[in-house]
Amino acid sequence: MSTQRELDDLVKAGYEHGFVTQVESDTLPPGLNEDTIRFLSAKKKEPEWMLEYRLKAYRHWLTMEEPDWAHLKIEPIDYQAISYYSAPKKAADGPKSLDEVDPELIETYNKLGIPLEEQKALAGVAVDAVFDSVSVATTFREELAKAGVIFCSISEAVHQYPELVKRYLGSVVPHTDNFFACLNAAVFSDGTFVYVPEGVRCPMELSTYFRINEAKTGQFERTLIVADKGAYVSYLEGCTAPMRDENQLHAAVVELIALEDADIKYSTVQNWYPGDEQGRGGIYNFVTKRGDCRGDRSHISWTQVETGSAITWKYPSCILQGDDSVGEFYSVAVTRGHQQADTGTKMYHIGKNTRSTIVSKGISAAHGQNAYRGLVRMGAKAENGRNHTQCDSLLIGDKCGAHTFPYIEVRNPTAKVEHEATTSKISEDQLFYCRQRGLTEEDAVSLIVNGFCKEVFNELPMEFAVEARKLLNITLEGAVG
Amino acid sequence: MLSIKNLHVEVDGKEILRGLDLEIGTGEVHAIMGPNGSGKSTLSYVLAGREGYEVTAGEVLFEGRNLLEMEPEERAWAGIFLAMQYPVELPGVNNMSFLRESVNAVRRARGEEELDAVSFMKRVREKAELVKLPDKLLKRSVNAGFSGGEKKRNEILQMALLEPKLTILDEIDSGLDIDALRVVAEGVNALRGPERSFLMITHYQRLLDYIEPDHIHVLAQGRIIRSGGKELALELEEKGYGWILEEEAAA
Repeated sequence: MSTQRELDDLVKAGYEHGFVTQVESDTLPPGLNEDTIRFLSAKKKEPEWMLEYRLKAYRHWLTMEEPDWAHLKIEPIDYQAISYYSAPKKAADGPKSLDEVDPELIETYNKLGIPLEEQKALAGVAVDAVFDSVSVATTFREELAKAGVIFCSISEAVHQYPELVKRYLGSVVPHTDNFFACLNAAVFSDGTFVYVPEGVRCPMELSTYFRINEAKTGQFERTLIVADKGAYVSYLEGCTAPMRDENQLHAAVVELIALEDADIKYSTVQNWYPGDEQGRGGIYNFVTKRGDCRGDRSHISWTQVETGSAITWKYPSCILQGDDSVGEFYSVAVTRGHQQADTGTKMYHIGKNTRSTIVSKGISAAHGQNAYRGLVRMGAKAENGRNHTQCDSLLIGDKCGAHTFPYIEVRNPTAKVEHEATTSKISEDQLFYCRQRGLTEEDAVSLIVNGFCKEVFNELPMEFAVEARKLLNITLEGAVG
Repeated sequence: MLSIKNLHVEVDGKEILRGLDLEIGTGEVHAIMGPNGSGKSTLSYVLAGREGYEVTAGEVLFEGRNLLEMEPEERAWAGIFLAMQYPVELPGVNNMSFLRESVNAVRRARGEEELDAVSFMKRVREKAELVKLPDKLLKRSVNAGFSGGEKKRNEILQMALLEPKLTILDEIDSGLDIDALRVVAEGVNALRGPERSFLMITHYQRLLDYIEPDHIHVLAQGRIIRSGGKELALELEEKGYGWILEEEAAA
């Protein structure tokens, strides 16, 4: 498996960058006001229009209230206690050595076979060793440049491609959209920008692993991906080992824009620190992800595997404007311990003959709470719109919960919407049957869970699918009994 | 091979087995018959290690080892196979993958090498042919949407692949028509040999026409109350269980 090997090497390469940048003097004290935003923007040497955009968002944010409709129990967040320009965390704030890190996290790394130096990087321990990654990144960049693909940090894009950024930033998720997206628009730290020109098929899977200046984009990440007419790009987000992060709150925004005949595939494996057994110290993940099928026959596909974070609040959506456009959402969300997830999607059918598919698989174990929340809206002009939703929940044990909140709005009589939902439990019978055939209880659970998630894993790029499966097994270890 | 002595078992506080004794030698085929509620299925679950069955007295030795201390999967590794009366469905779990996981788990536990995909497929096809299980059922989820007969044949396929030392057939004949029964019986007979033992649990003499036992036992009220050869089955077929129960009561 040389591709696996390459992937491993690249993964290793990516992690190191954030840990070599020393910007200690630039850290702002906690607190948020207009001066903070001016400081932040000045630090990034942003043009005036960018600062204006941030301030406009901030002023709007002051008028908004935190949403409370999700099926989540959340401790209040003190927005004045967060430092808005400390994205690159100093080594001094993190654990001094692996000895200070949650032993369970270390165990997980060992099970995934992650080398020691990389473990340190993931857990936020200062790393001295320098991996040889520069050459990898360079080769990578050259190949992309040849194809005309722009792949850089959003900060870089603001300077180098202001026209593209101005045209598309906030065009799918406006700053007024919701509380967390608005906050992100005001204070976003960094993120990824991708532009694939007309007719170009991006020659490789783009991943946050590979981009040299990606690391440490902090808690307010901003991603913008534009596929011009007839272009294709597949983007992978996340890492397949649990990332230790001191930031309690993550409020990211991802915008995808697909013009005529363009195709964007966006895959996520999210496995941030879920907190300890009692759920303490885990990440709050409030993400707004939305794709706009702006052109006819365009296609946007979201695939997500969510196993981490204490709280997940996330609804990757598709706006199907173009006629004959297609939106897809494939999701596996796992909650165990005291994790909570309220996740799903929104499919807005606007154009004619638009189609969408939703496959959501929720797994709850221990005290985990898992909610699927999905909206399918067929607009008045969505002639022959089609949606099929399949929403399955699997329960392990008797203290967890699964909840389904489907919203269906149909304004066109020719549209067809189907919703199927099932809830099942791994039964004693099934476990006994598997064990009688020689499988251990853990193998049996893993087999049944993987079978349950198969449709979603099939949508992931292969190496990613292998890792996701492995991760799922580890996540559910000891979940029964 | 298997030695059961004075076995007492409770389910939900109710005593089901009340001092059961049974010896099964290597290479022997035993049949247990008995009226409903006599404890036949309880016996098979206790031997396979299912939870919820509390052994209050007695011992069970399998090749000299204390079976009751072993986990269900350890019993499987040791060579005990239970063909179930109602095989469960495993939605989303591919039948072929399940068979492979199972065979390799048992091989690993025995210190044998795992089979590679190609030789495994070959072996499965061979055995599937034997029990006339269509190829398409190997590609489907385990038992999901299988007919009663297909489920039973799938059980026999698993048995043929795992080559257990002791196979317990729990009412393998229930719900089978005569053709399906013949196929299942052929599968079992093909595996018979001097190193393998079988324990058949059944209501009906019919099964014994296809799989001929060396010994027949009558289980009633939680104990073996009569043992004999093939002629005992014929007698039961003719007269039912009543006369033995009466004799037992009189004794």
